Amino acid sequence: MAINLKVNGSEVSVEAEPGTPLLWVLRDELKLTGTKFGCGVASCGACTVHIDGEQVRSCSFFVEDATGSDITTIEGASGKVASAVQSAWQELDVVQCGYCQSGQIMSAINLLTDNPKPSDEDIDFAMSGNACRCATYHRIRAGIHLASEKLEA
Amino acid sequence: MNLPKFLKGEAAAATRLNRRAFLMATGGVTAGLVIGYGTQPALAAAGDGTFNPFVTIAPDGTVTVLSKHLDKGQGTMSGLAALVAEELDADWSMVKGEHAPANTEVYKNLLFGMQGTGGSTGIPNSFMQYRQAGAAARAMLVQAAAKEWGVPAETISVTNGVVSDGTGRTAGFGELAAAASAETPPAEPVLKDPASFRFIGKDDYRRLDSVAKTRGEAIYTQDINLPGMLYAVLARPPRFGGKVESFDATESLAIKGVEEVVETPLGIAVLATGTWPAIQGREALEISWNDGGAETRSSDQLMAEYREIAKEPGLVAVNTGDVDAALAGADKVVEATFEFPFLAHAPMEPMNAVMDLDPGKSLEIWTGSQLPTIDQLNVAPIAGIEPAAVKINTLFAGGSFGRRTNGPSDYVVEAVQIAAAINGRAPVKLVWTREDDVQGGYYRPMYFHKVRAGLDKDGNITGWDQRIVGQSILLGTPFEAFLVKDGIDGTSVEGAAEIPIEIAAHRLDVHNTEVNIPVLWWRSVGSTHTAYAVETMIDRLAAAAGEDPLEFRLKRMDAFPREAGALRLAAEKVGWNTPAPEGITRGLAVHKSFSSYVAQIAEVRQNEDGTFKVERVVCAIDCGVAVMPDQVKAQMEGSIGYGLGAVMRNKITLTDGLVDQTNFPDYEPIRISDMPDIEVYIVPSSEAPTGAGEPGVPPIGPAVANAIMAATGQTVDVLPMTDSGIEFA
Repeated sequence: MAINLKVNGSEVSVEAEPGTPLLWVLRDELKLTGTKFGCGVASCGACTVHIDGEQVRSCSFFVEDATGSDITTIEGASGKVASAVQSAWQELDVVQCGYCQSGQIMSAINLLTDNPKPSDEDIDFAMSGNACRCATYHRIRAGIHLASEKLEA
Repeated sequence: MNLPKFLKGEAAAATRLNRRAFLMATGGVTAGLVIGYGTQPALAAAGDGTFNPFVTIAPDGTVTVLSKHLDKGQGTMSGLAALVAEELDADWSMVKGEHAPANTEVYKNLLFGMQGTGGSTGIPNSFMQYRQAGAAARAMLVQAAAKEWGVPAETISVTNGVVSDGTGRTAGFGELAAAASAETPPAEPVLKDPASFRFIGKDDYRRLDSVAKTRGEAIYTQDINLPGMLYAVLARPPRFGGKVESFDATESLAIKGVEEVVETPLGIAVLATGTWPAIQGREALEISWNDGGAETRSSDQLMAEYREIAKEPGLVAVNTGDVDAALAGADKVVEATFEFPFLAHAPMEPMNAVMDLDPGKSLEIWTGSQLPTIDQLNVAPIAGIEPAAVKINTLFAGGSFGRRTNGPSDYVVEAVQIAAAINGRAPVKLVWTREDDVQGGYYRPMYFHKVRAGLDKDGNITGWDQRIVGQSILLGTPFEAFLVKDGIDGTSVEGAAEIPIEIAAHRLDVHNTEVNIPVLWWRSVGSTHTAYAVETMIDRLAAAAGEDPLEFRLKRMDAFPREAGALRLAAEKVGWNTPAPEGITRGLAVHKSFSSYVAQIAEVRQNEDGTFKVERVVCAIDCGVAVMPDQVKAQMEGSIGYGLGAVMRNKITLTDGLVDQTNFPDYEPIRISDMPDIEVYIVPSSEAPTGAGEPGVPPIGPAVANAIMAATGQTVDVLPMTDSGIEFA
C-alpha cells in the first residue's frame, strides 16, 4: 500500500506493507543508507532516527506508525546540536569502522538536546542502548563532553 | 588473524628487509632497496595523473592514495595515506583514500606474498612501500616543474602541496600532475630524514573517513543498491555440517515482495524486492534438514572431552630443559586449568556481499574483504570465468575482527551461488541477519589449558608445563601448508610458546580436537587465550613467592627488554608504587603479539554487593614508530573494550549441536556503561613499525583477573568471568 511519510523535511510516498519496519523503508526504498541495520531487535541502536524529535529504533518501528510525523535521519541531522556533535566527533576522530556512528550521533543529539551538560553517568545512561563493537565508547564520552562545551560557547 | 606469524620464512625475511631499509632511511642514507612501489613504465608514465599503483593526482590537485588494505575501522587507509603525504609533502586537506582493486601482484601484502589484510600488518608491511610511492611522485612533480620552468631540479621545493622554485614561481600539484605522471620515476626514491617528518608521529591531522562516517555518507556493502537488485537471505542448516533434505516454499512465495526461492549448495535462498520481505520469506519456509554428519554435541560435552584429552601428552611445541625433574624438585608447585568458550566476532555490520553475475562472462562483486584474491579463486569456478576476471569493489567494512578474513570466503561464495542459481538474471545482495552472524560459526575456538609451574626457594620459575586442547584454526584450510608445522598450528600455541619471564625448563604441548564447527581467527587469535593463562599464572606464582607481581616479573625479564619497557611505563603512569584509591585493586599483564609489546594495568572496584567494575585501564604499547599515534591509541582503547566485553560475559554455547545464543540480547556486547577510563602511552621508539590492531586485546583479560585475585584471592579460571561467579555492576 502507499504510505505517506515526511522524511528530513520532504513529503514522500512509498509502497510498503503495513508492519514493515521503518528501517527497511528508509534503506531499501528511499535509499537513505546512513541509518544502519545492526540487530533487528532494538538492541544495538545502529538504526536510531528521530521521530518528532524523539529517538526511535527504526528496526522495530512500523512504517505506518510514522505517518504524520517528522522523521529525521542522519542525512537530515542539522542545527546547532547536530553540528556540535558532528564536529566534536571529527575533531576527536571518534569513529573507527563507523557503522554504528549514525546511531550514536542521533542518540547523542537527543541527549544534548534534553541535557546540554550531561555528566558521565548521564552519558552512560543515555547511550547504553547504542552498541559499538569497535568500542569507541571512550571517545564517544569525550565527544559528547566536547559537543557540550561547543554548545555552551 | 595472524597470517605472517605462520608464513614464517617469508615473514622473517620481509621483516628483516623492512628493518634494513628502515634503518638506512632513518640513518639518512639513500635507501638502496625499493620495495615494489611500482615503477613499471606502463603504470607510471601514463600522463593521466597516475604516478604509480598507489598514487594518483587529479587536475584539481586531489591526491588519491589507493589502500591495498581493507579499512574495517582500524584506520589503515588514513595511515597509508599519511605515509604518502609525508614523502609527497602533500596538503592533507587535498588527500583522499580509496580501496585498491584485487590484484595480488601489485597490491600484495609484503609479509604475506599475496594481497591480504590481517595480522596487524597494514602499516608494518607498507611503511617503506608507501613512503617510496610518495617520494617517487614528489620527484616526478619536481622534474616536471623543472622542465616547465627551465630551472635545475635542485632549486625546486615542495611544501604543503605547493611546488615552488624560490623565485616566486609556484604551482599546485594539479597543474603539474599530467606532465609529472609522464616523467620517468626515480629508481631509488629519496626518503625524508625522520627529523623533518610532519605526518609520521604527529597528531595534528585527522582520519580521512571521519567526516563521511559522521554524516552517514560512508558506503559499506550493506548500502549498495543496484538497479533491479534482489535482496537475499539464506536459510542455513541449524546444525553445522547439516544439509537440506527437502523444502516447501509455498508460503514463502505468497509473501508480497518475495520473487524466488532457490536451493543452493549451502541452503535455501529467498530473493525479494527488499530485505524485509526476504527475511519474512525465510521465516515462512518449511525445511526438513538432514543432520547426518552434522555436529550434534553440546559445548559442555566438548569441554568434558577436552578435560579428558588433556590427561594425555599432546604434540610437543616447546621442550627446553627437564620439566618433569624441575617440577619434581620444586619448592612450590602451582597448578591451574583454564576454560575458554567459543566466541563470535559480531562486527556491527553483519556479513554481506553484492553480486552482479553474467554466467560464464563476467562477475562484479561489492564487498569488504580482507583476502580479495582468495575470494576471486573461490568464486571464479561458480561464475565460470577466470579468477583475475572477477572484479571486486572493496568497500569499508563495519568491523571484522578477523571475520572477513576467511579462506573459504564463506559469505562471498554463498552470494555467488545464489546469483548463479538465478542465472544472474538480477544483481543480488546477500544479507546476514544478526541471528545468522551469532549462529553462523567461524568462531574463536573453545580451548582448555592445563598448566603446572614450579618455583625454587628464591621464587625463580624452575619449570613450566602447559597443555592446550582445542580446534586448530588452520588445519584443513588453504593456509595449512604454510602455517602448520608437524601438526602444530601456530595459532593454537602463539603467546604461550614464548613467555616473557625467565623459566629454566619449559614444555608446551597441544591437542588438535576434531569438531565439526567452523572456527576462525578472532582479533589477536591465539593470544586471546594464551595470554590469559600465562599472565594469570605468573600472578599466582608471584603470590606463591610472596612477591609483588610487578617486581616478580621485572626481576626476571632481562631477556625481554621491550616487554619490560612497556610494563615499566604503564606502572609508572598508573602509580603502581602508590596505593590504589580506596576500594580499588590493580592487576597487570604484559604480552607480545604481532611484534608489538603491550602492558595494561586495570583498576577494578569491588562494590559492597560483591559486584565488580573496571574503572580505569592504563596501557603502554611499544609498536616501534607510531605513524598516527592518536590512531594507535584508538586501537588500544577499542581493543581493551573488545577484549573486556568478551572476558566479562561473552560465550557461544551449543546444546545438541544447536547454538544457544541468537542475537545481541544474549550475546551482549560491551556497552558504554561497562567501559573504563583508558589512558594510553606509547613507548618512544625508532624501531620499524609493528602491529596495532590486535596487540591491545590480549592483556586486558588477565589484567582484570589479576586485579580480582588481588582483591579477593579468588582465581578466575573459567571464561567468561560470569561463568566463574564474577558479576559486574
